[in-house]
Amino acid sequence: MSPELKGYLLLAALKIIVVFTAYNLGVMLVIWAERRISGFIQDRLGPNRVGPEGLLQSVADGLKNILKEETIPGEADRVLFFLAPVLSFIPALILYAVIPFGAPLPIEFDGVLPWWTIVGPLLGHITIHGPVPMVIADIPIGLLFILAISSLGVYGIVLAGWSSGSKYSLLGGVRSSAQMISYEIALGMAVISVFLLAGNVTLSEVIAVQQESVWFVLALTLGFILFVIAAFAETNRLPFDLPEAEAELITGYHTEYSSMKFSMFFIAEYSNVITMSALMATLFFGGWDIPFTTWDEGEPSVAKWAATVVMFALKTGFFVFTYIWVRWTLPRFRFDQLMQLGWKVMLPVALGYIVLIATVVWLLDRAGVERGVGYGLILFAVNLALVAVFLWGLDRGRLLIGASRQRARVVS
Amino acid sequence: MAIGVKVVKRPEREVSYLRATLQGMALTFSHLFRRKVTMEYPEEKSTPEWTISPRWRGTHRMLTDEQGRAKCVACGLCPQICPANCIKLVPGEDEEGHRYPLIYEIDEFRCIFCGYCQEVCPEEAIHVGVHYENSEFERGRFVYDLERLCAQTHPVSTLWDPSDPKGE
Ligand code: SF4
Ligand code: SF4
Repeated sequence: MSPELKGYLLLAALKIIVVFTAYNLGVMLVIWAERRISGFIQDRLGPNRVGPEGLLQSVADGLKNILKEETIPGEADRVLFFLAPVLSFIPALILYAVIPFGAPLPIEFDGVLPWWTIVGPLLGHITIHGPVPMVIADIPIGLLFILAISSLGVYGIVLAGWSSGSKYSLLGGVRSSAQMISYEIALGMAVISVFLLAGNVTLSEVIAVQQESVWFVLALTLGFILFVIAAFAETNRLPFDLPEAEAELITGYHTEYSSMKFSMFFIAEYSNVITMSALMATLFFGGWDIPFTTWDEGEPSVAKWAATVVMFALKTGFFVFTYIWVRWTLPRFRFDQLMQLGWKVMLPVALGYIVLIATVVWLLDRAGVERGVGYGLILFAVNLALVAVFLWGLDRGRLLIGASRQRARVVS
Repeated sequence: MAIGVKVVKRPEREVSYLRATLQGMALTFSHLFRRKVTMEYPEEKSTPEWTISPRWRGTHRMLTDEQGRAKCVACGLCPQICPANCIKLVPGEDEEGHRYPLIYEIDEFRCIFCGYCQEVCPEEAIHVGVHYENSEFERGRFVYDLERLCAQTHPVSTLWDPSDPKGE
Protein backbone atom coordinates (compact mmCIF):
# COMPACT_ATOMS: atom_id res chain seq x y z
CA MET A 1 0.00 0.00 0.00
CA SER A 2 1.22 3.44 -0.83
CA PRO A 3 1.71 5.92 2.03
CA GLU A 4 -1.09 8.10 0.62
CA LEU A 5 -3.61 5.27 0.66
CA LYS A 6 -2.62 4.33 4.18
CA GLY A 7 -3.00 7.92 5.29
CA TYR A 8 -6.41 8.11 3.64
CA LEU A 9 -7.59 4.89 5.27
CA LEU A 10 -6.32 5.98 8.67
CA LEU A 11 -8.11 9.31 8.37
CA ALA A 12 -11.32 7.65 7.23
CA ALA A 13 -11.25 5.25 10.17
CA LEU A 14 -10.53 8.11 12.56
CA LYS A 15 -13.37 10.19 11.15
CA ILE A 16 -15.79 7.29 11.46
CA ILE A 17 -14.83 6.64 15.06
CA VAL A 18 -14.86 10.27 16.10
CA VAL A 19 -18.06 11.19 14.31
CA PHE A 20 -20.05 8.21 15.48
CA THR A 21 -18.85 8.62 19.04
CA ALA A 22 -19.79 12.28 18.95
CA TYR A 23 -23.07 11.38 17.31
CA ASN A 24 -24.01 8.85 19.95
CA LEU A 25 -23.01 11.27 22.67
CA GLY A 26 -25.23 13.74 20.87
CA VAL A 27 -28.12 11.29 20.99
CA MET A 28 -27.55 10.93 24.71
CA LEU A 29 -27.54 14.68 25.12
CA VAL A 30 -30.68 15.09 23.06
CA ILE A 31 -32.54 12.56 25.16
CA TRP A 32 -31.43 14.46 28.23
CA ALA A 33 -32.38 17.78 26.62
CA GLU A 34 -35.79 16.46 25.68
CA ARG A 35 -36.47 15.48 29.25
CA ARG A 36 -35.13 18.66 30.76
CA ILE A 37 -36.90 20.93 28.27
CA SER A 38 -40.16 19.06 28.61
CA GLY A 39 -39.75 19.55 32.34
CA PHE A 40 -39.12 23.25 31.95
CA ILE A 41 -42.09 23.67 29.65
CA GLN A 42 -44.27 21.98 32.25
CA ASP A 43 -42.78 24.11 35.04
CA ARG A 44 -40.86 21.15 36.40
CA LEU A 45 -37.13 20.62 36.65
CA GLY A 46 -36.75 17.31 34.83
CA PRO A 47 -34.05 14.77 35.64
CA ASN A 48 -31.17 16.56 37.38
CA ARG A 49 -29.76 13.94 39.70
CA VAL A 50 -27.36 11.74 37.74
CA GLY A 51 -24.23 13.72 37.03
CA PRO A 52 -24.08 17.50 36.76
CA GLU A 53 -27.55 18.81 35.85
CA GLY A 54 -28.58 15.22 35.15
CA LEU A 55 -26.38 14.95 32.07
CA LEU A 56 -25.62 11.30 32.74
CA GLN A 57 -29.28 10.33 33.05
CA SER A 58 -29.20 8.51 29.72
CA VAL A 59 -26.20 6.46 30.84
CA ALA A 60 -28.09 5.38 33.92
CA ASP A 61 -31.17 4.56 31.86
CA GLY A 62 -29.12 2.60 29.36
CA LEU A 63 -27.47 0.59 32.13
CA LYS A 64 -30.81 -0.14 33.66
CA ASN A 65 -32.23 -1.24 30.33
CA ILE A 66 -29.33 -3.58 29.67
CA LEU A 67 -29.93 -5.25 33.03
CA LYS A 68 -33.64 -5.68 32.41
CA GLU A 69 -35.28 -8.89 31.38
CA GLU A 70 -35.90 -9.29 27.69
CA THR A 71 -39.30 -10.63 26.81
CA ILE A 72 -40.17 -12.09 23.45
CA PRO A 73 -43.87 -12.60 22.86
CA GLY A 74 -44.83 -16.16 21.97
CA GLU A 75 -46.53 -15.00 18.79
CA ALA A 76 -43.50 -13.08 17.59
CA ASP A 77 -41.52 -13.87 14.49
CA ARG A 78 -38.20 -14.20 16.23
CA VAL A 79 -35.83 -13.30 13.41
CA LEU A 80 -37.67 -10.18 12.35
CA PHE A 81 -38.34 -9.28 15.95
CA PHE A 82 -34.60 -9.17 16.55
CA LEU A 83 -33.85 -7.46 13.27
CA ALA A 84 -36.38 -4.63 13.54
CA PRO A 85 -34.66 -2.47 16.19
CA VAL A 86 -31.37 -2.76 14.32
CA LEU A 87 -33.05 -1.83 11.06
CA SER A 88 -34.58 1.26 12.53
CA PHE A 89 -31.35 2.35 14.18
CA ILE A 90 -28.80 1.88 11.42
CA PRO A 91 -30.25 4.07 8.63
CA ALA A 92 -30.20 7.08 10.92
CA LEU A 93 -26.53 6.43 11.65
CA ILE A 94 -25.57 5.81 8.04
CA LEU A 95 -27.31 8.97 6.92
CA TYR A 96 -24.98 10.99 9.01
CA ALA A 97 -22.01 9.78 7.03
CA VAL A 98 -22.71 12.11 4.12
CA ILE A 99 -23.43 15.29 6.04
CA PRO A 100 -20.47 17.70 6.11
CA PHE A 101 -19.99 19.10 9.59
CA GLY A 102 -17.21 21.63 9.24
CA ALA A 103 -14.74 23.45 7.06
CA PRO A 104 -11.84 21.33 5.76
CA LEU A 105 -9.05 20.76 8.26
CA PRO A 106 -5.52 21.38 7.00
CA ILE A 107 -3.34 18.42 7.98
CA GLU A 108 0.07 17.84 6.48
CA PHE A 109 1.83 14.72 7.65
CA ASP A 110 4.63 12.70 6.17
CA GLY A 111 6.39 10.02 8.20
CA VAL A 112 5.73 7.40 10.84
CA LEU A 113 3.30 8.08 13.69
CA PRO A 114 4.84 7.89 17.18
CA TRP A 115 4.63 4.57 19.02
CA TRP A 116 1.96 5.68 21.54
CA THR A 117 -0.66 5.88 18.82
CA ILE A 118 -0.45 2.04 18.73
CA VAL A 119 -1.48 1.89 15.06
CA GLY A 120 1.46 4.10 14.08
CA PRO A 121 4.24 1.47 13.95
CA LEU A 122 1.88 -1.04 12.34
CA LEU A 123 1.07 1.31 9.49
CA GLY A 124 4.62 2.39 8.85
CA HIS A 125 5.20 5.36 6.61
CA ILE A 126 2.07 7.37 5.87
CA THR A 127 1.34 10.59 4.04
CA ILE A 128 -1.61 12.85 4.69
CA HIS A 129 -2.04 15.71 2.36
CA GLY A 130 -4.61 18.27 3.57
CA PRO A 131 -7.03 19.91 3.55
CA VAL A 132 -9.15 17.04 4.84
CA PRO A 133 -12.89 17.45 4.15
CA MET A 134 -14.95 17.16 7.32
CA VAL A 135 -17.40 14.55 6.11
CA ILE A 136 -17.07 10.81 6.37
CA ALA A 137 -18.06 10.12 2.79
CA ASP A 138 -18.36 13.04 0.41
CA ILE A 139 -20.10 10.91 -2.17
CA PRO A 140 -21.23 12.58 -5.38
CA ILE A 141 -24.82 11.42 -4.92
CA GLY A 142 -25.15 12.79 -1.37
CA LEU A 143 -28.76 13.91 -1.51
CA LEU A 144 -30.01 10.88 -3.41
CA PHE A 145 -28.26 8.70 -0.87
CA ILE A 146 -30.12 10.52 1.88
CA LEU A 147 -33.48 10.05 0.19
CA ALA A 148 -32.75 6.37 -0.39
CA ILE A 149 -31.49 5.53 3.08
CA SER A 150 -34.01 7.62 4.99
CA SER A 151 -36.83 5.61 3.44
CA LEU A 152 -35.24 2.45 4.81
CA GLY A 153 -36.02 3.60 8.34
CA VAL A 154 -39.66 2.73 7.85
CA TYR A 155 -38.77 -0.96 7.47
CA GLY A 156 -37.60 -1.15 11.04
CA ILE A 157 -40.89 0.20 12.26
CA VAL A 158 -43.09 -1.83 9.96
CA LEU A 159 -41.21 -5.04 10.69
CA ALA A 160 -41.37 -4.33 14.41
CA GLY A 161 -45.11 -3.94 14.13
CA TRP A 162 -45.51 -7.02 12.00
CA SER A 163 -43.21 -9.37 13.86
CA SER A 164 -44.52 -8.58 17.34
CA GLY A 165 -47.71 -10.50 16.67
CA SER A 166 -49.79 -7.99 18.58
CA LYS A 167 -52.65 -5.90 17.28
CA TYR A 168 -51.35 -2.65 18.71
CA SER A 169 -47.94 -3.12 17.20
CA LEU A 170 -49.41 -4.08 13.88
CA LEU A 171 -51.64 -1.02 13.83
CA GLY A 172 -48.65 1.15 14.68
CA GLY A 173 -46.63 -0.42 11.90
CA VAL A 174 -49.41 -0.01 9.36
CA ARG A 175 -49.89 3.59 10.32
CA SER A 176 -46.23 4.34 10.10
CA SER A 177 -45.89 2.80 6.67
CA ALA A 178 -48.82 4.83 5.38
CA GLN A 179 -47.55 7.99 7.02
CA MET A 180 -43.92 7.70 6.08
CA ILE A 181 -44.61 6.77 2.49
CA SER A 182 -46.95 9.71 2.01
CA TYR A 183 -44.62 12.22 3.59
CA GLU A 184 -41.57 10.77 1.89
CA ILE A 185 -42.93 12.20 -1.35
CA ALA A 186 -43.34 15.68 0.04
CA LEU A 187 -39.87 15.45 1.56
CA GLY A 188 -38.35 14.43 -1.74
CA MET A 189 -40.19 17.20 -3.57
CA ALA A 190 -38.94 19.79 -1.11
CA VAL A 191 -35.40 18.54 -1.65
CA ILE A 192 -35.80 18.72 -5.43
CA SER A 193 -36.20 22.48 -5.12
CA VAL A 194 -32.75 22.47 -3.51
CA PHE A 195 -31.38 20.54 -6.49
CA LEU A 196 -32.76 23.16 -8.80
CA LEU A 197 -30.81 25.94 -7.16
CA ALA A 198 -27.67 24.04 -6.24
CA GLY A 199 -27.40 22.34 -9.59
CA ASN A 200 -25.67 19.48 -7.82
CA VAL A 201 -26.57 16.71 -5.41
CA THR A 202 -23.34 16.62 -3.44
CA LEU A 203 -23.95 18.08 -0.03
CA SER A 204 -20.63 19.91 0.12
CA GLU A 205 -21.56 21.55 -3.21
CA VAL A 206 -24.94 22.52 -1.80
CA ILE A 207 -23.16 24.27 1.04
CA ALA A 208 -20.70 25.95 -1.32
CA VAL A 209 -23.55 27.35 -3.43
CA GLN A 210 -25.22 28.71 -0.32
CA GLN A 211 -22.00 30.39 0.72
CA GLU A 212 -21.74 32.13 -2.61
CA SER A 213 -25.33 33.34 -2.76
CA VAL A 214 -27.80 33.27 0.12
CA TRP A 215 -28.93 30.51 2.40
CA PHE A 216 -31.63 28.46 0.79
CA VAL A 217 -34.00 29.23 3.62
CA LEU A 218 -34.31 32.63 1.96
CA ALA A 219 -34.27 31.48 -1.61
CA LEU A 220 -36.55 28.51 -0.93
CA THR A 221 -38.61 29.50 2.10
CA LEU A 222 -41.67 27.51 1.16
CA GLY A 223 -39.50 24.50 0.36
CA PHE A 224 -38.03 24.78 3.82
CA ILE A 225 -41.45 24.89 5.43
CA LEU A 226 -42.53 21.82 3.47
CA PHE A 227 -39.30 20.06 4.38
CA VAL A 228 -39.77 20.78 8.08
CA ILE A 229 -43.34 19.50 8.11
CA ALA A 230 -42.37 16.37 6.19
CA ALA A 231 -39.33 15.84 8.39
CA PHE A 232 -41.49 15.89 11.49
CA ALA A 233 -43.71 13.25 9.92
CA GLU A 234 -40.72 11.20 8.78
CA THR A 235 -39.26 11.04 12.26
CA ASN A 236 -42.63 10.17 13.83
CA ARG A 237 -42.46 13.07 16.19
CA LEU A 238 -45.43 14.94 17.51
CA PRO A 239 -47.73 16.18 16.08
CA PHE A 240 -47.30 13.23 13.70
CA ASP A 241 -46.46 10.46 16.13
CA LEU A 242 -49.40 8.28 15.19
CA PRO A 243 -47.33 5.09 14.93
CA GLU A 244 -46.75 5.26 18.64
CA ALA A 245 -49.88 7.04 19.77
CA GLU A 246 -49.91 6.17 23.45
CA ALA A 247 -53.55 6.98 23.91
CA GLU A 248 -54.89 4.43 21.49
CA LEU A 249 -52.04 2.03 20.65
CA ILE A 250 -50.19 1.79 23.98
CA THR A 251 -46.93 2.67 22.27
CA GLY A 252 -47.62 1.34 18.82
CA TYR A 253 -44.90 -0.58 17.05
CA HIS A 254 -42.63 -1.05 20.07
CA THR A 255 -45.35 -2.13 22.48
CA GLU A 256 -43.91 -5.63 22.78
CA TYR A 257 -40.29 -4.62 23.09
CA SER A 258 -38.45 -4.50 26.34
CA SER A 259 -34.99 -3.95 27.69
CA MET A 260 -32.24 -2.82 25.33
CA LYS A 261 -34.27 -3.59 22.20
CA PHE A 262 -36.75 -0.97 23.33
CA SER A 263 -33.87 1.40 23.94
CA MET A 264 -32.73 0.86 20.38
CA PHE A 265 -36.01 2.27 19.09
CA PHE A 266 -35.65 5.13 21.48
CA ILE A 267 -32.12 5.84 20.31
CA ALA A 268 -33.22 5.46 16.69
CA GLU A 269 -35.91 8.08 17.18
CA TYR A 270 -33.46 10.59 18.54
CA SER A 271 -30.80 9.75 15.97
CA ASN A 272 -33.39 10.48 13.33
CA VAL A 273 -34.14 13.77 14.99
CA ILE A 274 -30.47 14.73 14.97
CA THR A 275 -29.95 13.63 11.39
CA MET A 276 -33.01 15.48 10.18
CA SER A 277 -31.95 18.60 12.09
CA ALA A 278 -28.49 18.36 10.58
CA LEU A 279 -30.08 18.02 7.16
CA MET A 280 -32.24 21.08 7.69
CA ALA A 281 -29.14 22.98 8.70
CA THR A 282 -27.20 21.70 5.70
CA LEU A 283 -29.82 22.06 3.02
CA PHE A 284 -31.40 25.33 4.05
CA PHE A 285 -29.19 27.05 6.60
CA GLY A 286 -25.83 26.87 4.90
CA GLY A 287 -24.43 23.86 6.77
CA TRP A 288 -21.28 24.88 8.57
CA ASP A 289 -21.26 28.33 6.95
CA ILE A 290 -20.87 31.21 9.38
CA PRO A 291 -23.31 33.97 8.40
CA PHE A 292 -22.36 37.58 7.58
CA THR A 293 -18.71 36.81 6.97
CA THR A 294 -16.63 35.24 4.26
CA TRP A 295 -13.77 34.55 6.64
CA ASP A 296 -14.67 30.86 6.94
CA GLU A 297 -14.57 30.30 3.19
CA GLY A 298 -10.94 31.21 2.58
CA GLU A 299 -7.77 29.23 3.10
CA PRO A 300 -8.50 26.36 5.55
CA SER A 301 -7.09 26.69 9.04
CA VAL A 302 -7.62 25.02 12.39
CA ALA A 303 -9.43 28.02 13.84
CA LYS A 304 -11.83 28.13 10.92
CA TRP A 305 -12.38 24.42 11.24
CA ALA A 306 -13.22 24.69 14.93
CA ALA A 307 -15.49 27.71 14.44
CA THR A 308 -17.44 26.08 11.65
CA VAL A 309 -17.89 22.82 13.55
CA VAL A 310 -19.31 24.80 16.47
CA MET A 311 -21.52 26.76 14.08
CA PHE A 312 -22.87 23.54 12.60
CA ALA A 313 -23.52 22.11 16.05
CA LEU A 314 -25.38 25.28 17.00
CA LYS A 315 -27.60 25.16 13.93
CA THR A 316 -28.35 21.49 14.42
CA GLY A 317 -28.99 22.11 18.09
CA PHE A 318 -31.45 24.83 17.24
CA PHE A 319 -33.50 22.49 15.09
CA VAL A 320 -33.33 19.76 17.68
CA PHE A 321 -34.67 22.26 20.16
CA THR A 322 -37.48 23.11 17.75
CA TYR A 323 -38.35 19.44 17.51
CA ILE A 324 -38.58 19.20 21.27
CA TRP A 325 -40.42 22.48 21.60
CA VAL A 326 -43.05 21.49 19.05
CA ARG A 327 -43.47 18.11 20.68
CA TRP A 328 -44.38 19.64 24.00
CA THR A 329 -46.75 22.13 22.43
CA LEU A 330 -48.89 20.44 19.83
CA PRO A 331 -51.40 17.66 20.26
CA ARG A 332 -51.48 14.71 17.88
CA PHE A 333 -53.33 14.79 14.57
CA ARG A 334 -56.11 12.40 13.83
CA PHE A 335 -55.12 9.86 11.21
CA ASP A 336 -57.46 11.12 8.51
CA GLN A 337 -56.25 14.66 9.13
CA LEU A 338 -52.70 13.47 8.77
CA MET A 339 -53.39 11.77 5.48
CA GLN A 340 -55.38 14.76 4.29
CA LEU A 341 -52.49 17.07 5.07
CA GLY A 342 -50.06 14.74 3.38
CA TRP A 343 -51.91 14.05 0.16
CA LYS A 344 -54.22 17.00 -0.29
CA VAL A 345 -51.97 19.80 0.92
CA MET A 346 -48.31 18.85 1.01
CA LEU A 347 -48.10 16.90 -2.24
CA PRO A 348 -49.89 19.36 -4.55
CA VAL A 349 -48.18 22.32 -2.94
CA ALA A 350 -44.77 20.69 -3.30
CA LEU A 351 -45.43 19.78 -6.92
CA GLY A 352 -46.67 23.24 -7.77
CA TYR A 353 -43.74 24.73 -5.93
CA ILE A 354 -41.22 22.80 -8.01
CA VAL A 355 -42.88 23.95 -11.21
CA LEU A 356 -42.93 27.55 -10.00
CA ILE A 357 -39.35 27.58 -8.81
CA ALA A 358 -38.18 25.93 -11.99
CA THR A 359 -40.01 28.56 -13.99
CA VAL A 360 -38.57 31.41 -11.96
CA VAL A 361 -35.07 29.99 -12.19
CA TRP A 362 -35.45 29.55 -15.93
CA LEU A 363 -36.77 33.08 -16.36
CA LEU A 364 -33.99 34.58 -14.26
CA ASP A 365 -31.37 32.66 -16.16
CA ARG A 366 -32.94 33.76 -19.46
CA ALA A 367 -32.94 37.35 -18.25
CA GLY A 368 -29.24 36.94 -17.59
CA VAL A 369 -29.32 37.55 -13.83
CA GLU A 370 -26.04 36.51 -12.21
CA ARG A 371 -26.30 33.64 -9.71
CA GLY A 372 -25.43 35.35 -6.45
CA VAL A 373 -26.96 37.34 -3.65
CA GLY A 374 -29.25 39.38 -5.89
CA TYR A 375 -30.54 36.22 -7.53
CA GLY A 376 -31.29 34.78 -4.12
CA LEU A 377 -33.10 37.90 -3.01
CA ILE A 378 -35.36 37.89 -6.07
CA LEU A 379 -36.22 34.28 -5.26
CA PHE A 380 -36.81 35.32 -1.67
CA ALA A 381 -39.38 37.88 -2.79
CA VAL A 382 -41.14 35.25 -4.89
CA ASN A 383 -41.06 32.89 -1.95
CA LEU A 384 -42.49 35.43 0.45
CA ALA A 385 -45.51 35.78 -1.80
CA LEU A 386 -45.84 31.99 -2.05
CA VAL A 387 -45.53 31.51 1.70
CA ALA A 388 -48.17 34.14 2.29
CA VAL A 389 -50.54 32.32 -0.06
CA PHE A 390 -49.68 28.95 1.48
CA LEU A 391 -50.22 30.09 5.04
CA TRP A 392 -53.40 31.90 4.08
CA GLY A 393 -54.68 28.68 2.55
CA LEU A 394 -53.64 26.56 5.54
CA ASP A 395 -55.21 28.99 7.93
CA ARG A 396 -58.71 28.52 6.59
CA GLY A 397 -59.43 25.99 9.30
CA ARG A 398 -59.67 23.10 6.91
CA LEU A 399 -57.26 20.95 8.84
CA LEU A 400 -59.38 20.85 11.93
CA ILE A 401 -62.41 19.65 10.04
CA GLY A 402 -61.99 16.01 9.41
CA ALA A 403 -64.19 13.24 8.12
CA SER A 404 -67.10 14.23 10.31
CA ARG A 405 -67.61 17.52 8.52
CA GLN A 406 -67.60 15.94 5.12
CA ARG A 407 -70.05 13.30 6.21
CA ALA A 408 -72.28 15.88 7.75
CA ARG A 409 -72.30 17.76 4.49
CA VAL A 410 -73.40 14.64 2.66
CA VAL A 411 -76.21 14.07 5.15
CA SER A 412 -77.61 17.55 5.07
CA MET B 1 -74.31 7.71 7.73
CA ALA B 2 -75.09 5.74 10.84
CA ILE B 3 -73.54 8.04 13.36
CA GLY B 4 -74.93 11.53 13.43
CA VAL B 5 -72.12 13.98 13.96
CA LYS B 6 -73.02 17.41 15.14
CA VAL B 7 -70.64 19.96 13.70
CA VAL B 8 -70.51 23.27 15.47
CA LYS B 9 -70.03 26.21 13.15
CA ARG B 10 -67.26 28.27 14.62
CA PRO B 11 -65.85 31.61 13.57
CA GLU B 12 -62.70 31.38 11.52
CA ARG B 13 -60.29 32.61 14.16
CA GLU B 14 -61.29 29.70 16.38
CA VAL B 15 -60.73 26.96 13.83
CA SER B 16 -57.40 28.32 12.61
CA TYR B 17 -54.81 25.67 13.24
CA LEU B 18 -51.91 27.89 12.35
CA ARG B 19 -52.63 30.76 14.69
CA ALA B 20 -53.43 28.34 17.50
CA THR B 21 -50.13 26.60 16.87
CA LEU B 22 -48.15 29.81 17.03
CA GLN B 23 -49.93 30.90 20.18
CA GLY B 24 -49.23 27.54 21.73
CA MET B 25 -45.57 27.71 20.81
CA ALA B 26 -45.27 31.16 22.35
CA LEU B 27 -46.96 29.93 25.50
CA THR B 28 -44.75 26.89 25.93
CA PHE B 29 -41.67 29.00 25.23
CA SER B 30 -42.64 31.45 27.95
CA HIS B 31 -43.07 28.54 30.33
CA LEU B 32 -39.45 27.56 29.77
CA PHE B 33 -38.39 30.51 31.88
CA ARG B 34 -41.09 30.51 34.49
CA ARG B 35 -40.34 29.63 38.07
CA LYS B 36 -40.36 25.88 38.59
CA VAL B 37 -42.66 24.30 41.11
CA THR B 38 -40.57 21.20 41.71
CA MET B 39 -39.64 20.49 45.30
CA GLU B 40 -36.38 18.58 45.37
CA TYR B 41 -37.46 16.17 48.03
CA PRO B 42 -34.58 14.69 49.97
CA GLU B 43 -32.86 18.07 50.22
CA GLU B 44 -35.97 20.20 50.42
CA LYS B 45 -38.71 19.03 52.73
CA SER B 46 -40.77 22.15 52.88
CA THR B 47 -40.99 25.25 50.76
CA PRO B 48 -42.92 28.48 51.23
CA GLU B 49 -45.72 26.93 49.15
CA TRP B 50 -45.89 23.63 50.87
CA THR B 51 -45.20 22.51 54.37
CA ILE B 52 -46.55 19.39 55.94
CA SER B 53 -49.85 20.00 57.67
CA PRO B 54 -49.83 20.06 61.49
CA ARG B 55 -52.85 17.75 61.27
CA TRP B 56 -50.88 15.13 59.33
CA ARG B 57 -51.46 11.66 60.81
CA GLY B 58 -48.33 9.55 60.51
CA THR B 59 -46.64 6.84 62.53
CA HIS B 60 -47.28 6.91 66.25
CA ARG B 61 -45.43 8.33 69.14
CA MET B 62 -46.01 7.60 72.84
CA LEU B 63 -45.41 10.57 75.12
CA THR B 64 -43.54 10.04 78.38
CA ASP B 65 -43.66 11.66 81.81
CA GLU B 66 -40.82 13.33 83.71
CA GLN B 67 -39.31 9.99 84.76
CA GLY B 68 -39.29 8.83 81.17
CA ARG B 69 -42.08 6.33 81.63
CA ALA B 70 -44.84 6.01 79.07
CA LYS B 71 -47.85 8.09 80.06
CA CYS B 72 -50.14 5.21 79.15
CA VAL B 73 -52.24 3.84 82.02
CA ALA B 74 -53.38 0.78 80.09
CA CYS B 75 -57.00 1.84 80.21
CA GLY B 76 -57.71 -0.18 77.08
CA LEU B 77 -59.60 2.54 75.26
CA CYS B 78 -57.32 2.72 72.25
CA PRO B 79 -57.36 -0.99 71.38
CA GLN B 80 -61.09 -0.80 71.89
CA ILE B 81 -61.69 2.02 69.44
CA CYS B 82 -59.04 1.11 66.90
CA PRO B 83 -60.97 0.28 63.72
CA ALA B 84 -58.07 -1.68 62.30
CA ASN B 85 -57.58 -3.63 65.49
CA CYS B 86 -53.86 -3.11 65.32
CA ILE B 87 -53.02 -2.12 68.89
CA LYS B 88 -51.97 -4.94 71.16
CA LEU B 89 -52.20 -4.08 74.87
CA VAL B 90 -51.48 -6.31 77.86
CA PRO B 91 -52.07 -4.30 81.05
CA GLY B 92 -50.04 -4.73 84.19
CA GLU B 93 -50.26 -3.28 87.71
CA ASP B 94 -47.47 -2.43 90.17
CA GLU B 95 -47.55 -2.79 94.04
CA GLU B 96 -49.05 0.68 94.48
CA GLY B 97 -51.89 -0.12 92.13
CA HIS B 98 -50.63 1.96 89.21
CA ARG B 99 -51.60 0.44 85.93
CA TYR B 100 -49.09 0.38 83.12
CA PRO B 101 -48.81 -1.45 79.81
CA LEU B 102 -46.81 -4.70 80.00
CA ILE B 103 -46.96 -5.04 76.26
CA TYR B 104 -48.00 -2.21 73.96
CA GLU B 105 -47.53 -2.77 70.27
CA ILE B 106 -48.91 -1.03 67.19
CA ASP B 107 -48.77 -2.76 63.84
CA GLU B 108 -48.17 0.23 61.57
CA PHE B 109 -48.98 -1.83 58.50
CA ARG B 110 -52.50 -2.55 59.66
CA CYS B 111 -53.05 0.92 61.04
CA ILE B 112 -55.20 3.15 58.87
CA PHE B 113 -53.99 6.33 60.59
CA CYS B 114 -57.44 7.44 61.59
CA GLY B 115 -56.13 9.09 64.73
CA TYR B 116 -58.92 7.70 66.94
CA CYS B 117 -56.37 6.33 69.41
CA GLN B 118 -55.02 9.81 70.00
CA GLU B 119 -58.52 11.27 70.28
CA VAL B 120 -59.70 8.70 72.76
CA CYS B 121 -56.66 8.51 75.01
CA PRO B 122 -57.53 10.01 78.46
CA GLU B 123 -53.85 10.50 79.35
CA GLU B 124 -52.79 12.08 76.06
CA ALA B 125 -50.26 9.29 75.84
CA ILE B 126 -50.52 7.83 72.35
CA HIS B 127 -50.34 10.23 69.44
CA VAL B 128 -50.17 10.01 65.68
CA GLY B 129 -47.11 11.86 64.43
CA VAL B 130 -46.31 14.47 61.83
CA HIS B 131 -43.89 12.14 60.13
CA TYR B 132 -43.66 10.26 56.84
CA GLU B 133 -40.22 8.76 56.35
CA ASN B 134 -40.68 5.19 57.48
CA SER B 135 -38.60 2.91 55.31
CA GLU B 136 -37.25 -0.26 56.89
CA PHE B 137 -35.44 -3.33 55.62
CA GLU B 138 -37.85 -5.85 57.15
CA ARG B 139 -41.58 -6.08 57.51
CA GLY B 140 -41.22 -7.08 61.13
CA ARG B 141 -39.79 -3.70 61.99
CA PHE B 142 -43.16 -2.12 61.34
CA VAL B 143 -44.63 -3.51 64.55
CA TYR B 144 -43.64 -0.72 66.91
CA ASP B 145 -43.24 -1.78 70.54
CA LEU B 146 -43.53 0.46 73.55
CA GLU B 147 -39.85 1.26 73.71
CA ARG B 148 -39.77 2.31 70.08
CA LEU B 149 -42.96 4.34 70.41
CA CYS B 150 -41.51 6.22 73.37
CA ALA B 151 -38.22 6.81 71.57
CA GLN B 152 -39.83 8.66 68.64
CA THR B 153 -39.09 12.37 68.67
CA HIS B 154 -41.06 13.75 65.75
CA PRO B 155 -43.83 16.30 66.40
CA VAL B 156 -47.27 14.96 67.15
CA SER B 157 -50.41 15.69 65.22
CA THR B 158 -52.89 18.33 66.28
CA LEU B 159 -56.06 16.55 65.41
CA TRP B 160 -59.01 18.30 63.93
CA ASP B 161 -61.10 19.87 66.63
CA PRO B 162 -64.80 20.24 65.79
CA SER B 163 -65.13 23.26 68.06
CA ASP B 164 -62.21 24.93 66.31
CA PRO B 165 -62.49 23.74 62.70
CA LYS B 166 -59.88 26.14 61.30
CA GLY B 167 -57.29 25.26 63.95
CA GLU B 168 -56.95 28.75 65.44
S1 SF4 C 1 -54.57 5.60 64.12
FE1 SF4 C 1 -56.50 4.51 64.03
S2 SF4 C 1 -55.97 2.58 63.11
FE2 SF4 C 1 -54.07 3.49 63.72
S3 SF4 C 1 -53.68 2.62 65.74
FE3 SF4 C 1 -54.77 4.54 66.05
S4 SF4 C 1 -56.91 3.96 66.19
FE4 SF4 C 1 -55.81 2.24 65.27
S1 SF4 D 1 -55.95 5.06 75.42
FE1 SF4 D 1 -54.04 5.98 76.10
S2 SF4 D 1 -53.89 5.37 78.25
FE2 SF4 D 1 -55.43 4.08 77.32
S3 SF4 D 1 -54.34 2.26 76.71
FE3 SF4 D 1 -54.36 3.59 74.94
S4 SF4 D 1 -52.49 4.74 75.13
FE4 SF4 D 1 -52.81 3.80 77.10
